[in-house]
Amino acid sequence: MENEKHHIVPYRLYLFVLVALLALTFLSIAITEIDLGSLTVAGALVLASIKAYLVLKYFMHLKYDKPYIVSMVVFVFAIFIVTVIVTFLDYLYR
Amino acid sequence: MEQAKHVAHDHYDAEASKIGMWLFIFTELLLFGVLFVIYSVYRYINHDAFLLAAGELDTTVGAVNTVILLISSMTIAMSTTSLQKRNKLLTLLLTGVTLVLGVVFLVNKYFEWGSKFEHGIWPGSEYLIENLSQGEILFFGLYFIMTGLHALHIIIGLVLIVVVMWKVYTGKVYAERAALLDNSGLYWHLVDIIWIFLFPLFYLIH
Repeated sequence: MENEKHHIVPYRLYLFVLVALLALTFLSIAITEIDLGSLTVAGALVLASIKAYLVLKYFMHLKYDKPYIVSMVVFVFAIFIVTVIVTFLDYLYR
Repeated sequence: MEQAKHVAHDHYDAEASKIGMWLFIFTELLLFGVLFVIYSVYRYINHDAFLLAAGELDTTVGAVNTVILLISSMTIAMSTTSLQKRNKLLTLLLTGVTLVLGVVFLVNKYFEWGSKFEHGIWPGSEYLIENLSQGEILFFGLYFIMTGLHALHIIIGLVLIVVVMWKVYTGKVYAERAALLDNSGLYWHLVDIIWIFLFPLFYLIH
């Protein structure tokens, strides 16, 4: 129990994650400069989701947490996505 | 009896603290989540007005603030490692860097909002109501509410970091009692995640 709680993440890993996050940020700025129509928003949101995933997994230690915490987080995001889908079903088909 | 008292006084449960923090973070995610839903619906209805209004925002300032927050997230994540490695000085240094970066973020925000105010743009301003369309008014309303609520979270996060730094300095937070630093870190990363979505939605509309 003590060992899994005190999993020490190396500094190096955090630095790699930061580099990835910065790269994704500049990529998202670059793709919005190009006019891709409705794909622009989708592209920016996909990149933002990848960034959020990296922050959750490494910075927020979900990678090293017990599975039940991960499943709670997944559950909350699922509720949010369902809310978005239901709201848009309403607006698109009224 | 005496032993029971001692146990009660010394009660520390890192895992329970973590669960509590995550439950709180869930409420925060849903709070901002609903604002994102409102934003999406209004943007869907007022597509062109949102495009027009977003042109007023400076992508460079938004990008600089994104970089600042991402770096600050890394430094506070690193500070949890340095605390586990019992390097008190480095822990204070890393949390201190996070603190400074958070303040710089707020200073940028201050100037950004300030330039909007100079142009007469704030919620309910005369200029907004008389010159702009309904969709543009909605965009700026959401902009001020969402970045404002986010900035409020930054301020709360900074206060937490100051408390953590003091407790690390006085030796109340250390490798075996790291929950306060860990949970403050979780809070700071939450604020980072929210900004990760605010940035493309407000600054990257073309």
